[in-house]
Amino acid sequence: MTNNTVPFAIELRDISKRFGAVQANKDICLQVPAGTIHGIIGENGAGKSTLMSIIYGFYEADTGFIEVDGKRVDIRSSQDAIDAGIGMVHQHFMLVENFSVLENVVLGAEGGALLKGGLTAARVELQRLAKEYSLDIDVDAIVEELPVGLQQRVEILKALYRGARILILDEPTGVLTPQEADHLFRILKSLKEQGVTVLLITHKLREIMASTDNVSVMRQGEMVAHRETQHTNTQELAELMVGKKVRLTVNKDEAQPSDVFLSAKNLTQFDSQGVKRLKEVSLELRAGEILGIAGVSGNGQSELLNVLSGITPMSEGEIQFAGQTITAKAPKDAAQMRDLKMAHVPEDRHKMGLVTGFEAYEAAVLGYHNSASYNGKILMDHKAMLEECKVRMADWDVRPPNPHLKTANFSGGNQQKIVIAREVEQNPDVLLIGQPTRGVDIGAIENIHEQIVKLRDSGKAILLVSVELDEIMALSDRIIVMFDGAVVGELDAKDADERTLGLMMANAYNKEEQGVSA
Amino acid sequence: MSEAKVPAWVNIALIPFLNILLAFIVSGLVILAIGENPIEAAGYLVYGAFGYDEGIGYTLYYATNLIFTGLAVSVAFKGGLFNIGGEGQAYIGGLGVGLVCLALDHTMPLYIIAPLAIIGAAVFGAAWAYIPAYLQARRGSHIVITTIMFNFIASSLMVYLIVNWLKEDGRMAPNSRTFEENAWLPYLHELLSPLGIDIGDSPLNLAFIIALICCVFVWGLIWHTRWGYQLRTLGTNPTAARYAGIDTAKVTIWAMLISGGLAGFVGINEIMGVNHNLLLNFTAGYGFAGIAVSLMGRNHPIGIVLAAILFGALYQGGAELAFEIPTITPEIVVVIQGLVILFSGALEHMFKDRIEGFFIRRAVA
Repeated sequence: MTNNTVPFAIELRDISKRFGAVQANKDICLQVPAGTIHGIIGENGAGKSTLMSIIYGFYEADTGFIEVDGKRVDIRSSQDAIDAGIGMVHQHFMLVENFSVLENVVLGAEGGALLKGGLTAARVELQRLAKEYSLDIDVDAIVEELPVGLQQRVEILKALYRGARILILDEPTGVLTPQEADHLFRILKSLKEQGVTVLLITHKLREIMASTDNVSVMRQGEMVAHRETQHTNTQELAELMVGKKVRLTVNKDEAQPSDVFLSAKNLTQFDSQGVKRLKEVSLELRAGEILGIAGVSGNGQSELLNVLSGITPMSEGEIQFAGQTITAKAPKDAAQMRDLKMAHVPEDRHKMGLVTGFEAYEAAVLGYHNSASYNGKILMDHKAMLEECKVRMADWDVRPPNPHLKTANFSGGNQQKIVIAREVEQNPDVLLIGQPTRGVDIGAIENIHEQIVKLRDSGKAILLVSVELDEIMALSDRIIVMFDGAVVGELDAKDADERTLGLMMANAYNKEEQGVSA
Repeated sequence: MSEAKVPAWVNIALIPFLNILLAFIVSGLVILAIGENPIEAAGYLVYGAFGYDEGIGYTLYYATNLIFTGLAVSVAFKGGLFNIGGEGQAYIGGLGVGLVCLALDHTMPLYIIAPLAIIGAAVFGAAWAYIPAYLQARRGSHIVITTIMFNFIASSLMVYLIVNWLKEDGRMAPNSRTFEENAWLPYLHELLSPLGIDIGDSPLNLAFIIALICCVFVWGLIWHTRWGYQLRTLGTNPTAARYAGIDTAKVTIWAMLISGGLAGFVGINEIMGVNHNLLLNFTAGYGFAGIAVSLMGRNHPIGIVLAAILFGALYQGGAELAFEIPTITPEIVVVIQGLVILFSGALEHMFKDRIEGFFIRRAVA
């Protein structure tokens, strides 16, 4: 690519960035030709987001520099980035939810002390943009009333309105249904035809293959490979991402479901604002099966896990578990549910599953810290905790096997192993497991999947929540689909395919397949 | 990602040292500005605090109060609670001590009065912390706001009680009668002189030993008990605490009770150890200084003892300095204390990244 005379839309030269002890980016070089869609792929923690934050001026690089259209630019703030024609669509939208689309777009570019002039000008400009890039949207709609896909479109418009010729999208499909994601890629293609350069950050190989012209792979803070998308394949990219051969399937036998271990009837939960987050969810969980809960993130799966595990009290409904009837009037808290032999691997290990400031051996007893095996008469038995932690680290191949290392200093996969080991080793009857492999490298995913299947085969009941359809389909014996807090479909894993699940997740299955029950 | 280690002593010793050094350099500029010699002033300050037995005694006597309030702040802080109410809790704790002494000093010997006074200090201090704790845990009122308000309430309540109920009859001074000597906590110089050890006359009393015992107690409580485990979980990750089934409201309330009780022990040192009567404003800002002590001591008992001694030295050496160089008024001494708090508390992280970066680069190279 070096003998090209046309300057690149954006070029990075030897960018390095260090946070304290962590080298997040190391000597990153990247050349993106104008008018292309360029994918940047890597596992969570590979340094993709840091790199984009440097381009967008959130962080300053320790060394190296950035060229836009062949000219060196000094980006010290997001305003500098905008001035250089760079726009960014964040993974979590930066929108004011109770503002209209128009107000959101002019935010920060109001063009004067009084709003009216700026708004009128923006309205005209937005219509032009919407036409040019076929990004139809009602500019007077309130953002919070729009579906997620349209909210993302507002973010794109916002960037274009500020004159972006280079658009960075950070994990744009994480919150979208497969159908919405397809729509997004069509938009990106039309942007490309209009000469916009797109940088697409993702960890999903399928998206890279489907939409990009070139792809760069990051691993552990370094740029390890550049490929033309048409001359590569998912297998090669996956290997480049993790640095070894990978297998994306799970070996398991037919499930042998037996007794009902847990049954939930009409579980309903209102949040503190009075919004109904769970709507009359009923399900049965049998020994020896894995029940998968599919759904786009934020459709009640987290609430379901929290209610089942006793973290948040239910508002209505009842749970039958271990001979107990749990209702809103007779609740059980998380500690009591643990005593009834329910284990819970939460969706977010940083927010919930671990105390990252604790040393590993302390985090390894979280939730079981009252157990007699960790306590003397008055003081905690640190020696017993350490001994057990060492054994588990060896059994589960946690690296580095140092029980005194701060939990925050383990990689995502090893943190997840600490959490899963903690919960599984208590030999629970029911395991609730949320996003078991989020941010976990592929080598560890295999291991975690094997452990889950092993637990099933030993006659335990497992409820699996995941936003990764591949994972749901690979692991589950039975699948329930959730949408907007309610169960909208249930099917045997054998009958599940991506399209059916995708439609169910968007609650469009009945509409498209008239007469078919869901 | 590649990991490089920063040596432990950098964070524990070097960075605090540089912060204090910077505070003293800026203080030196202040002293230069008023036309005095900063080297000479520093000499008086250090000599006043550590140069002779009585000076050391005074330094440790001030440090005693600061250890109590520093520990109080740190216990609450470990649970994610910012207890600004140490001042009020210490004040009410003193009331507890005073009431025990006034009630029993005619009839009981010291070995009965002292334990009861210690319990009185803890119970009264804890009770004063209980109301904000309850409001935080069960009603969601922010503890920073309520504890600040409770400082004012404590202050007014004490004026009312002392002026209307506890003042010595026929005297104008707003304080209670002086306790009988059997309700005086022994001075350390009295305790040590029979052993042939002479430490010079100073207000340093048995409360200093109690403070050190409290340090050990707090250390064990926080790092070696189940309750401490729950407290630290709550303080670093409240969501994980709920996930773990920890009763967060209960832990919050107990953390504040222990915090308030520790702050109340200031009353032991001041009322029973030194003043020997119940008086107004004996807390003199120790409750607030405890916040700085706890911050600087990184919420660890050992750090708190060291920070308390540093601040005690500033109090004592500063008084000596103001006495020796009349143009350096007590207000200038307060400025110096303020600079130390500013640089080691509020600006604690000013050099952190750069210094750590330096050591990482050196380790990598």
